[in-house]
Amino acid sequence: MKAYWWKVLAILLLAYTLIAGLLLDVPRLAILNETIRALHFHVTMWFGMIIMLVIAVYYSIKYLRKGDLKDDDMAIEFTSAGILFGVLGIATGMLWAKFTWGDYWSGDPKQNGSAIALLMYFAYLILRNSLTDVHQRARIGAVYNIFAFAAYIPLIFVLPRLTDSLHPGNGGNPGFNAYDLDSKLRMVFYPAIIGWTLLGAWIATVRVRYRRLERKLEDKLINQV
Amino acid sequence: MWNQVAVLIKKEMTLEWRQKYALNGILLYVVSAVFITYLSVQGALSIPTWNALYWIIILFSAVNAVAKSFVQEHQGRQLYYYMIASPEAIIVSKIIYNTLLTLLLALLGYLVFSVILGNPVEDQLLFITNLALGAVGFSACLTMVSGIASKAGNNATLMAILSFPIIIPILLMAINISKNAIDGLDRGVSYDKLITLMAINAIVTAVAYILFPYIWRS
Repeated sequence: MKAYWWKVLAILLLAYTLIAGLLLDVPRLAILNETIRALHFHVTMWFGMIIMLVIAVYYSIKYLRKGDLKDDDMAIEFTSAGILFGVLGIATGMLWAKFTWGDYWSGDPKQNGSAIALLMYFAYLILRNSLTDVHQRARIGAVYNIFAFAAYIPLIFVLPRLTDSLHPGNGGNPGFNAYDLDSKLRMVFYPAIIGWTLLGAWIATVRVRYRRLERKLEDKLINQV
Repeated sequence: MWNQVAVLIKKEMTLEWRQKYALNGILLYVVSAVFITYLSVQGALSIPTWNALYWIIILFSAVNAVAKSFVQEHQGRQLYYYMIASPEAIIVSKIIYNTLLTLLLALLGYLVFSVILGNPVEDQLLFITNLALGAVGFSACLTMVSGIASKAGNNATLMAILSFPIIIPILLMAINISKNAIDGLDRGVSYDKLITLMAINAIVTAVAYILFPYIWRS
């Protein structure tokens, strides 16, 4: 129970998110209507993605300082979990945008920003796969991961300044705070962020363990002869 | 450190001068790219399109020009530099050298663009300043990425996919300021954008400076 309490918590929070997010009363608003529930299933994907990527950068820095392959395992798997959230975020966002803004893609700065982030991290995966030596792969991968992340931060600030966003809360659209005076949405929204983040961490750690087992097995095979 | 940087830049220039085909090749690349654009658009070009095409051509030429930074010289000589110079001096000298190279490409591109596609720019000084700042950003970003790509066999695809997403903030700011310069807007409108561009350049250069020793060592 000591080690896996947070996994139980993740299941409970996500069950709560699903049930409460879909059934609880939400504010009635023009255009948004029931799609305001996307807050719990779409917006939370971005929070999950950013948190995963920050953790990955942290482990990349740690790898460069210490040179321990275990940190690299964490970096790559947390990045993968971040990419998973990113893809889900774009897919859910596009569906939602089709019904509220009328188009799957409308050049919104947040849409573009997230697409660029995905381009960056797909390139990161390709870079890693093109290197064969594990240590070199880990080192070059870590360097690119940190470099890309550092370049991505200004982008988040630059893009919205160039064009207004269509998202609620931007470009003159009232934010959710304005809609949500009785904090009904927040009651589900915050637990949902924690739940999805924990799920991401869970996926990442399972894959890290798989990766380490694989390496152990390979080492055994090599050292046999 | 600055002594080393000066010597290394001089070395880059001498090398480039000795193998003139590389330099001439990239200069011809710019001219051909502009000419192809000219033939493809066939006639009138709106100002935003002029601006966008110009920057796209500069971007592609810069990617090609900088891509060879770390593969021009063979392994043995790299090892020699590794022993005599600090990695910081190497990255700084490469960034400065590539800035000059990118600026040269951008100016040549501008000249050819003006001659065959017309020159709509009203505020020359702002346009050139912006070119210089863009060149610094492009060079810092691309030099670092070419260092990374050189470790992975340096294929052109990798260089492009690694650098494009990273270079987007610099490119967008530069295109934006360049549009203001073309329209001849009051300079006050562009000041904060120029400062943002400089800040992005500073971030990218600083991160490259910190991270480069790690790729140089491997």
